[in-house]
Amino acid sequence: MRADAPSQALPMSRIKPGRIVAWTLLFIGGVIMVTPLLFMLSTSLKDASQVYDLRVIPEAPTLDNYIEILSDGRFTRWFVNSTIIAIIVTLSNVFFDSLVGYTLAKFRFRGRYIVFIAILSTLMIPTEMLVLPWYLMASQFGWVDSYWGIMFPGMMTAFGTFLMKQFFEGVPDDFLEAARIDGLNEFTIWWKIAMPLVTPALSALAIFTFLGNWTAFFWPLIVTTSAELYTLPVGLSSFAVEQSIQWEKIMTGASIATLPTLVVFLFLQRYIVRGVMLAGLKG
Amino acid sequence: MSATAQQEAAPGGLWSRISLGQKQVIWAWGFLAAPLLFYVIIRFWPTFQAFYLSVTDWTLTKPASFVGFENYQRLFNDPLFWQVFRNTFMYLILGTPISLLISFVVAYYLDRVRFMHSFIRALYFLPFLTTAAAMAWVWRWFYQPVPIGVINDVLASFGIPQQPFLRSTSQALPAVLAPAVWAGLGFQVIIFLAGLRAIPVTYYEAARIDGLSEGAILRRITLPLLKPTLVFLVVFSSIGFLRIFDQVYNINTNDPGGPLNSTKPLVLMIYQTAFSSYEMGYAAAQTVVLFMILLVISLVQLRLMRDR
Repeated sequence: MRADAPSQALPMSRIKPGRIVAWTLLFIGGVIMVTPLLFMLSTSLKDASQVYDLRVIPEAPTLDNYIEILSDGRFTRWFVNSTIIAIIVTLSNVFFDSLVGYTLAKFRFRGRYIVFIAILSTLMIPTEMLVLPWYLMASQFGWVDSYWGIMFPGMMTAFGTFLMKQFFEGVPDDFLEAARIDGLNEFTIWWKIAMPLVTPALSALAIFTFLGNWTAFFWPLIVTTSAELYTLPVGLSSFAVEQSIQWEKIMTGASIATLPTLVVFLFLQRYIVRGVMLAGLKG
Repeated sequence: MSATAQQEAAPGGLWSRISLGQKQVIWAWGFLAAPLLFYVIIRFWPTFQAFYLSVTDWTLTKPASFVGFENYQRLFNDPLFWQVFRNTFMYLILGTPISLLISFVVAYYLDRVRFMHSFIRALYFLPFLTTAAAMAWVWRWFYQPVPIGVINDVLASFGIPQQPFLRSTSQALPAVLAPAVWAGLGFQVIIFLAGLRAIPVTYYEAARIDGLSEGAILRRITLPLLKPTLVFLVVFSSIGFLRIFDQVYNINTNDPGGPLNSTKPLVLMIYQTAFSSYEMGYAAAQTVVLFMILLVISLVQLRLMRDR
């Protein structure tokens, strides 16, 4: 995967004017793409009197909005909620999706194909259709307003299972046979031999699952009623409503919800881009 | 892991007497046991339940009783539904081609750029990592009238008249769509880049030796070979636009889906029917209709694009 090398389709050995124009337009487009993020950050660093001053670099940058919002405690709570939920769901998907994907890719048994088709068919059912039965289930079992209530629908996904199956199919059977002859049990073979061979796919799955759960809004909005259990997006939404027109406060909240993923991206750009490509091409 | 238990329980007994193939079968079902239970309880059962609820008059307070196709009749006679239906398709019809066109052009040129390649790619990709609910508030702020809203301020500085954006029934839907297109662009660019890179260099070399122009190479080599990527992105982004919710809900919290329901998509109607009016049976019928729409659109697109 040449994730970071531009394609060889047209070598840029000769600098042509057309190339320079194309580069400049791409660059301007890119700057426009991040403009909303820049404005969000810039406004979060302004006090109420500066909000209408639209300069991107604040005249007198201040962290007061952050201090005020974070000292209030709610955002810290929502941040912790979102982090715990996204991490647990991601671990669960990495474990179970790859276990099922591995089983479907590497074991020969009657019913394998039916299981695969059954799991794959759930991809066609939109979440929105399951939300009402899930809500019914959550209220019957007392899961409303709990981490488990937010997490249970996403603990395994057909997308992840399918992705991992594709990658495990590329693992040579000889490796697994050799381990079997060495007397390892099947669980150890999967965990110790097969899993390390598909780490790019595992990181792709982890990135997608984490991002999906970190930004999730629809289901957490439905299944949480008390502010202590809100996730960051739901909390931000309720916070923004109550701030009404205090845009610097709203932008600070939006920055708190957005910055973590952006910062992580800056450090892991290579892996994230490669992960998205892998998931998109094989998924 | 039930198989592990069996193995330990009978070290020299039953487990050692069965064949390797049988052991494999036991392990396989052992691995699948917990996940299958999950899929049955959390996916299959709720799917059937959704169909069942759609033919009942369930509200949160009163137990469900069978009413036949009453909910569907009511829905198809509801002018709001047809308005919402139209809006939902407007998101699709505007969103999918616009976002795919922009992202293809960006990817096509970005693919040839080496100078600061990954930096420029990062600029396009960053919005994909944002939270839609948060970004809706940023865009909402952008759309405000002067002196608050950035867009109207820029327009004013060029002497262009103020635009109502979210307050106008004709401009609100494109205004709500813009952040959705913006946020999805980075993903599409990355996927297009991956598709472009999968095309063997030799094809281009051969074409250039044959003296094909850049335009001809694009039409005859790049686009046809990019078809699998294109099919994936068309289906994937169409489903995304048909299910739009986070942006719509957050960009106008005073009157979600407004003004005058002009931005309301089907998922928002479902949400309001279920959790504002508590008409769960009626909402379930709407989710079934959403399912049908997604299914038909995906199948039609796959069929059309495979034939061509």
